[in-house]
Amino acid sequence: MSDVKQLTAAQRADLRTVAAMIVPESAEYRVPGADDPAIQADMLATLGRDTALAAQALDHLAQLAGKPLAELDEARRDAVAQEFRKHGGAAAATLVRVVLQCYYRDDRVLRSLGLELRAPFPKGHVLPEGDWSLLDPVRERGGTLRRAT
Amino acid sequence: MKNDPVDVLIIGAGASGAAVAWSLADTKMHILCLDQGGWMNPAEYPSTGRDWEAKFYGEWSSSPNVRKRPEDYPINDDNSPIKVVNFNAVGGSTVMYTAHWPRLHPSDFKVKTLDGVADDWPIDYDALTPFFEENDRMMGVSGLSGDPLSPLSHPPMPPQPLGLSGPLLGKALNKLGWHWWPSDTTVATMDYEGRARCINLGHCTPACAQGAKASTDITYWPHAIRAGVELKTHCRVREILTNEHGMASGVVYYDKDGVEQFQPAEVVIIACNGVGTPRLLLNSVSGKFPNGLANSSGLVGKNLMFHPYAQIYGFVKEPTDSNRAPPTCLWSKEFYDTDLSRGFVRGYGIQFGRGAGPVFEAVASEQKGILPWGKDHHRVFRRLNGHRLAVSAICEDLPEEHNRVTLDPVLKDSHGIPAPKIDYTISANSRKMMDHALARGREVLDAAGATDICINDPIPWGGWHLLGTARMGTDPSRSVVNEWGRSHDVKNLFIVDGSIFVTSGGVNPTSTIQALALYIADQMKQRLANLFD
Repeated sequence: MSDVKQLTAAQRADLRTVAAMIVPESAEYRVPGADDPAIQADMLATLGRDTALAAQALDHLAQLAGKPLAELDEARRDAVAQEFRKHGGAAAATLVRVVLQCYYRDDRVLRSLGLELRAPFPKGHVLPEGDWSLLDPVRERGGTLRRAT
Repeated sequence: MKNDPVDVLIIGAGASGAAVAWSLADTKMHILCLDQGGWMNPAEYPSTGRDWEAKFYGEWSSSPNVRKRPEDYPINDDNSPIKVVNFNAVGGSTVMYTAHWPRLHPSDFKVKTLDGVADDWPIDYDALTPFFEENDRMMGVSGLSGDPLSPLSHPPMPPQPLGLSGPLLGKALNKLGWHWWPSDTTVATMDYEGRARCINLGHCTPACAQGAKASTDITYWPHAIRAGVELKTHCRVREILTNEHGMASGVVYYDKDGVEQFQPAEVVIIACNGVGTPRLLLNSVSGKFPNGLANSSGLVGKNLMFHPYAQIYGFVKEPTDSNRAPPTCLWSKEFYDTDLSRGFVRGYGIQFGRGAGPVFEAVASEQKGILPWGKDHHRVFRRLNGHRLAVSAICEDLPEEHNRVTLDPVLKDSHGIPAPKIDYTISANSRKMMDHALARGREVLDAAGATDICINDPIPWGGWHLLGTARMGTDPSRSVVNEWGRSHDVKNLFIVDGSIFVTSGGVNPTSTIQALALYIADQMKQRLANLFD
């Protein structure tokens, strides 16, 4: 695998385009698309060990498209995307995962989902006790452990 | 460089190494443990940051091949549908595990007698009973005593709440008339021995920032160190050396600066798990032991058992616990024992999952093809996220010699030590068991009203349980260690980890691994005067 340290301008442009194809903006849910500048900046800043595979995926995408993804008409872009996802292997999966992991930690997105904007620690969560009487039928049925003697 | 000799040298500070170190400490012998990893810092655990889920795909991956921390060694598992997962640090894989805490059943020790397959263990469940109990106290177990289909346990803490997911699953299982019970876990449900109670961080598997989940760095090790055991970190053992009498004389290791050292010892105890242990033995070649140490049977590395996991999950209308609780909540032993009408021998335990966090859900559902790209993405995601219920069958893997750990001829770790290579196939019996489990899992999900059913068959990154590669037995031609963990070939060499399992049972093995380690330590203490006879 090549020792890629960062994405090229062309790769970044295609990343924006494909990210918006995966998760578009929605007025209904009041959320940005994954091409939102802040979410894109998060992706680029935290790409880290995924850079090489993401670059490989974007090169594959560029090869399928033959030109910048944004310049394709919608039907052609969708066809390219389908081909990319079907045959892109680990590199495509990595690229999609990078998009989703940055999208689903954005404050606006979490707020729309009704989730708190915080790390799990130190506040944690409260878990309801649940109905322990549901165990009564299990107790009533009983049972024995199998033994050799 | 040569160090002063020690009485007992333990290799590995994980589940079994910590337990045996603590137990032997009361002998007042000079005990040293070497571990290739270091002490973990809970302040840096994933759940302390907003990027907690993303870390599981990188530096906190369960796979050493993905994680690639300096403490990790590579594993060639290309020739296995199940990939090895582990963690290398003080605490070993107890730092990174689900804390699900069943015990092997009494029947698991007598498989040959009961079902005519594999081999019986040279010990029985009753021999381990006091050590299960002692280990439960040391690790701090929560649970509900009285499960009619599990060995009797006495958890010192009450069970985790059923939460939202537990009742959904319990009702479904009651509709089917099947057994279920709240899982015993090593998650503290109250303040316990200096550990704070669980506050439901949710992301428990890659380490618990609260310290509620038991890992041996916060359970056994503080006690062992106070009792005088010495623990050296970032020391990777390359090989065990032997003397002219065929006894282990000590180990060669690389210290934290990469300097080669020799550590002499009167007794060597290996606690490196079912992959690390055969790797070390096979790397310990000499004129007297040309096929690796303790390997006159030829069985070192063979009979690898993983537990193939057959997982099926779906999505209900009701909210589930999602990432707001420990990952597992219930178990079922409904299909644990042999029923030949099912078309296979032996059986499986089931563990039920509470749900997943948003990033994990998005990534997994997109990969499964149920979360679309485009304008429908948001609607579908809101239907899936926070609504997952999972059924995971832990299928008993029977020992087969062709499933094995060998040394890779090319791949090496950062110190140039040959890496392990895994060759493993899922047996026909396991395949039938997995199909049965998936069909039963679908019935549970149907009863719960779940839709969008997905399958992981097997869970590919599910090689947590590394068992059988240095099995115990009374016949030196058919086993590597005897009935109390001592090598048949090298009388001052002991193995205490999961590699000595004869069969695997159908449950998570860590409780049994640690009970075995305590049992072996007890046997050693009883025989100190004639340990090498």
